[in-house]
Order: sequence, then structure tokens, then C-alpha cells
Amino acid sequence: MKFIKDIFDKNKPLFEKGGKLEKLMPLFITFETLFFVPDHVTPGKGAQIRDAVDLKRMMMTVIIAMLPCLIFGIWNVGYQHALATGETMSLMQQIGIGLVVVLPIVIVSYAAGLTVEFIFGIKKGHALNEGFLVSGMLIPLVLPPTIPLWQVAIATVFAVLIGKEVFGGTGMNIFNVALTARAFLYFAYPSQISGTVWTYLGDKTPIDGYTGSTSLAIANEASVNKAGAVVDALAHSNTVLSADFFSFSNLFFGFIPGSIGETSTLMVLIGAAILILTGVGSWKIIVSVFGGAYLTALLFNIIGANEFMLMPAHYHLVIGGLAFGAVFMATDPVTASQTEKGKWIYGLLIGVLTILIRVFNPAYPEGIMLAILLMNVFAPLIDFYVVKGNKQRRIQRATV
Amino acid sequence: MSHTIKLKKGFDINLSGKAEKKLAECDQPKTFALKPTDFVGIQRPKVLVSEGDTVKAGTPLLFCKMLEDVKYCSPVSGEIIEIKRGEKRKLLEIIILADEKIVSEEYKKFSISDIQKTEKQEIVDLMLKSGVWPNIIQRPYGVVANPEETPKSIFVSTFDTNPLAADISFTLKGDENSFQAGINVLTKLTSGKVNVGINSNAGQVSMFSAIKNAEINTISGKHPAGNVGVHIHHIDPVAKGDLVWTVSAYGVVQIGKLFLEGKYDATKIIALAGSEVKTPQYYKTFTGACINKFIDNNVSEQEVRFISGNVLTGEKIKSDGYLGFYHDQVTVIPEGNQSEFLGWILPTINKLSFHKAFGLLSFLNSKEKEYVIDTNLKGEHRAFVQTGMFEKVTPMDILPTYLIKAILAEDYDEMEGLGIYEMIEEDIALCEFVDVSKNNLQKILRDGLTLIKNS
Repeated sequence: MKFIKDIFDKNKPLFEKGGKLEKLMPLFITFETLFFVPDHVTPGKGAQIRDAVDLKRMMMTVIIAMLPCLIFGIWNVGYQHALATGETMSLMQQIGIGLVVVLPIVIVSYAAGLTVEFIFGIKKGHALNEGFLVSGMLIPLVLPPTIPLWQVAIATVFAVLIGKEVFGGTGMNIFNVALTARAFLYFAYPSQISGTVWTYLGDKTPIDGYTGSTSLAIANEASVNKAGAVVDALAHSNTVLSADFFSFSNLFFGFIPGSIGETSTLMVLIGAAILILTGVGSWKIIVSVFGGAYLTALLFNIIGANEFMLMPAHYHLVIGGLAFGAVFMATDPVTASQTEKGKWIYGLLIGVLTILIRVFNPAYPEGIMLAILLMNVFAPLIDFYVVKGNKQRRIQRATV
Repeated sequence: MSHTIKLKKGFDINLSGKAEKKLAECDQPKTFALKPTDFVGIQRPKVLVSEGDTVKAGTPLLFCKMLEDVKYCSPVSGEIIEIKRGEKRKLLEIIILADEKIVSEEYKKFSISDIQKTEKQEIVDLMLKSGVWPNIIQRPYGVVANPEETPKSIFVSTFDTNPLAADISFTLKGDENSFQAGINVLTKLTSGKVNVGINSNAGQVSMFSAIKNAEINTISGKHPAGNVGVHIHHIDPVAKGDLVWTVSAYGVVQIGKLFLEGKYDATKIIALAGSEVKTPQYYKTFTGACINKFIDNNVSEQEVRFISGNVLTGEKIKSDGYLGFYHDQVTVIPEGNQSEFLGWILPTINKLSFHKAFGLLSFLNSKEKEYVIDTNLKGEHRAFVQTGMFEKVTPMDILPTYLIKAILAEDYDEMEGLGIYEMIEEDIALCEFVDVSKNNLQKILRDGLTLIKNS
């Protein structure tokens, strides 16, 4: 450890005031604090001791919670590739293909985002904020494996710049950064993020009868074309691979095409467990998103105006990105509701809206992204009324 | 009607180096000081003595031009050896070289039953000139009370839940009579009730539970259960325009002694505690004592920080610094001015944390485990991130995050609406401790209070 410390100490004067690289001080600090917790002490007045937690550790906890999704996603990219092309591949080969496809996306996302963060850090003279470490990982997980790398770069730059920095940086943004990136791609380059982009084929051609559609798209299509029950449509799809490719268990475990990190509800739930046990993610939001979605779906089962409405409610929880969004996107502490009561309302409405969009809007098969972005806008309003309630209690108490 | 309050929120910081309940044999310090900076409200202090003067215990040393009747008096008899000023001639300390034998100013003595019959004005006048008045703090703002006002109630907390706090049942043992006299005095000052908060945590029987002429409220829970601000919030909250006074248990005893014994008695039993003290125990001395005698050969070799008061709300002082007026403990902990390799991510069970983020495993330890915590900030300043933790350590119907944001935005209506009148520094100290973004919340709160007070 000593020699690393020496390297930093030796080069520090270069970056200090009057040094050659004075302007790059934020960069220097960022790397130094990555290795060492700085020697800052508490001020002479006030709390003389502080909790061992810091923002780096909080953010790292979220990244650790995402790792099961990432690792499963890497394998699944290879697995879907093998299924679609009909090749027989070993587990290691599947993971190998996954790595070749996914790693560049992760690297580009981090590189593009961190560049923007550093430019703003240098301009404003502060060290890098840890928030992007999470966003940089979330972005690849919500994209299809076939996404062109230049689009990843553009979307990330857009999200960090327009979604965050123009609002004042970490802690000030209104929209979830990763979802901003996805929404940007959704509207700017729709053909690369919809249809049959969810399976990485490389230069191979798929076997006959294979469809690369997601479960959501199939369900949506079945409903629009009035082609019978959604569950039947799912069951009769991709029969070339297996008799019941889109079975509930396959949907739950995530052996299906989709965005890199969001196919497996199981992995998402493992991440949720990590977030909830560490107290980093709000269990209230997670539970209320699932609850809101399930109850809405149940209600629609009763109404049953179209085939999608008749899909069993529990299917909604495992298809598409609902679970991933509920656990990793909706819980973003900056853009979510910040009051405890507000979190219930915020989560519930995300769940309700997601199902509404899925069932009634054929143009957008995935509802969770738009639902969260919309509720990001409403979160301050929800908090406003919860806070107002607190103030009202204070006034009433005084007049009693 | 007396209240029983069970608090669920809060956090006990269990530090190593608790003072053993034993009075140490130790010479009295040679010098004592009165520090105007201990009194938040003093804006324009006027010194009444000059260097070389001799004073008795209870001789007025200074007053504030905003509240001229409130006299701040010498804790001991002796010679004024230095009047220390800082930048812009700001008055910092009046230092007194103490006599071998302390001589006090003499006042009329009362019996406990006399106090009830005495006129309020006579009582107030005696308190003002004798030096006990600064024990009375007003809410809002946490400043020395204005004797011309009448509070709707007075609150006394008889237990301290802060880390390593002096045990009041030990430091005030035998003073029950003076405490009762003090309570009788306070009942003359309010239009409402005197509320005494006693601890009902498991196994505690308070020596104050038999006190008369006051509402006895029992409060249980983790820190900050002992903070008088929490008691006020649950029993008789401060709204805009309200006035509540608070007095420490020591202050009540001091007021009682003034009436029973006819003198300003500044003797005080203090705790010397903290992980870096070799034999943490109690010392009998006077308010404003120089701490050097207590820590001589009694502190570990490494670099340490001396704190007048507790680790959550105290103030850093030098090794020859003086105890604050309101403080009854000196805490010595390691100075944390060294960097730590990968300290932000390595798993540990030895670092205390309210959080359970990855690797922070202190929640697995037994509650009995005592921690050594240094003064390192353990991270860097960051933008506010809402973690919901402030609300979990604040056992009041208050939203600290929103209050702090309102202060930063200098939004007066919001500050009032969100309850700034109910808070002083100690009420937000735990939030400052658990804050992920390492903000100095106590300072922010004080800035907000100053803004409102001056508006």
C-alpha cells in the first residue's frame, strides 16, 4: 500500500495550485480516493465522529446487486445465440460469446459517461461523483445485445449531459439517467431497439421458424390481431426450439431473448434482496411497484376487454423489464419520491401505469420505462403533498 | 398529566472508554475560564473586569448588551490573568488564576418552603446577578433566555444518552434537595408546568422520580431519548411564537444551591472519557476548568483530539483548553488524519455504522460491543442524496432532509413550516453522524436559526 501512496504523494504537486496539471486536480483526486479514503477530519465544532458509510460504498452496493443480472445476461446472450443458430455450444463457449458482445457495450457506456462527468468535474472543480458508476452499469443492462456501440456512446452522452449535468449534476437530476439513455435510443433509433434485435446472431442466420421477438411483443401482437389467448400465443411461439419456450418458468428464470440484464426475474430478485438487506434500496418502492402491477393486472383480468387484459396477472411480473425497472430504476434515490409515504404512492403508480401502457398502447410494448420516467416527473409533486401534510400537522397541533 | 414516551427511532453510539463511577484524586487545575463563545446568543459582550483584578466566585465578569441584566460570573475566586481576544478583537476567554481556597459572593439564603412565598421579581433578580441565569436556555434558537419573557413551560432532562455521557445519577448524587429547590424556583418562572424527563430504560430507577411540583415524564428509547428537544416535541411542542425554556439537571441544582446556600456554586463533577484515556473516571472541579491536570500522563501516546463535551455536539479544544460552560465531560478520541487504503470498500465489523451497505457489518455485533472511532470524516463531501436515514434517527415528526434543504435555499416560510423552531444543533447531531454526504448539518441548522432570528 505504501508504494501506491508514494506514487500519489510524489505526483500530487503537479496537480496542486500552480502545478502544471492544476486543472486536472479533480481527476487526480478521483483516482487517489479510489485507493485511499482521504485524511479529512471532522470540523472542530459539531459531530466529531462520523459513520463509516460514504457514497462510494452505497453506490458500490448497488453495483454488486446488479452483478447477478450482468453475469446471467452475459451467459444468456451466448445461450440465445446458440439456440437461434442451432449450434451446439459448451457453457464456456456461450459465456465467451456473451463476453465478446456485452463487455464492449459496458466499456463504451462507462467511457462515454465518465468522459462527460470528468469534463464537468474539471470545469466545476469537483471530484467525480459516484452516481455514474451505477448509471454506467445500468445502461448496458437495459439495451439489446445487438445495439451498435456508437449508439451506446451517443445515448450515454445524451443522458449524462441533458439528463443530469444541465440540471446541476448528481443529486439534482429529475430523470433517471439510465432510463433517459434508453428512452433516447427508443425515440431516436427505434429500429435498433425494437423488433427482433434481442438475440445476438453475429454473421450467422437463424434456424427456420425462429422468431427473435420478446415475450411482450408476442403478447402484444396476439392481442392486437385478436389471435386468441396470449398464453397460447406464447406457447405456440418458437416451438422450433422447445415445446414451451415461453413457459412461465422460462420467463421467470430468464432463458428468453431480451435486454441484456433484464430477462431473468430470479436474478433481479437476488439483486432486490441485496438492496433491501443492505437498506440501500427502498423496499417500499420495490414492493409497491410489484403490488401495483399485480393488482392492476388482476383488475384487468376481471374486465377482460382484450386478450392482453386476460393474460394471467402473474405473467406480467416476469415478462419484459418490470422486475428490473422496479428494483434498479424506480429505487434511484435521487429521482424517486423521497418521503416514506410518497414512496408507496410513487411505486404503486409506476406499477399501475406499466400495466396500463402494456395493455392499451400497442405502440409501446414495454411500459415500465415510460411509467418510471413519468413518475420521476410526479415524484416531487407527491412529496410536496406529503411534506405539506407534515406542515399541516404542525399547524393543527399549535391551534389545539 | 405526566407522559410515558417510548421512542423507537434513534441510534446508540457505544464508544469504548466509559468513565468508571469513581471520583479521581487529582489537584485542582490552576486556571479556569469563562468563554463567551459558549453562549450562542451573546452578540455584543461587555467585559466588567480587567487583567489583574481579583474576583470572588460569583463576581460578574461580563454581560451582553442585548440582555444587560444577565450577568456571566466567575466560577472561582482569584485573579484575572488574561482576557484573550481573537480576530477583530472578538472576546474569546477570560482566564482566572484560582485561589487555593475559593471565596464566594454571599446572598440571602432561603428554605425550600420560603421559595414558594417569594415574589417572582426577587427570585429573577437574584438569579440574574448571581450568575445562574445562563443555565436557562430558550427554545426556539437555543439561546440564553430573556428574563422579561414568560415561557409556556420549562423542561429539564435528567439523563444524557449521548456517547460516553456523564451519568447524571452519579454526578448529582446527594443533590436531590438542591434539585427540588431549583424546581421550586423554576415553577415561579413559567405560566405553565415544569416538566422533568426521567429515563425508563430497562433497569433504571431515577433518583429524580420523587420530585414534587413538577410533571414527571418517563422516556425510553435509544439516543436521542435524553435530548430535551425530543421531550418538548412530544409533550409541549414549540410552534411559531411559542416560548419554552430548558435547564440542564446540573443547572437546576446550581439554581437550587443559590437559594439554599446563598452562593453561586460552580463546583461540577465531570467525566473524563474516551478510548484514548488510560483511566477514564470522574473529577470534581469547577465550571470552565483547564483540562491539563486531568489528562496529564493519562492519555495514550498517539495523536488525539480533546473534546469539551460529547463526540456528537462537543467542541475541539487544546490540551490546555478549558471546559465549556454547559459541558460536564471531556472526551479524548484518536485524531483520524491519516488516509486508509481501500477503506471505502473493504468489509469490516469494527467500524460502527448505522447503515448496512456492502461490507458494513457492525450491525452483526452485539449491542455491548464498544467501538473506537477516530475523527476521520470517512469519505468526502458530496451532494445531498436522500437515503431516508435522517428520518430513522430522528424520533420526532420532523423531516430533517426537507428542513435542511429549506435552510440552504433560505426559504423562511418552509423553515418555519417544517419545524425549525423545535430544533437546535443537538437534535440534528445524529443526522450529521449518519450522513452519507458528510455535510455539516449542525452548522447549517445554526445558520438557518440565525437567519430566522435576525429576520
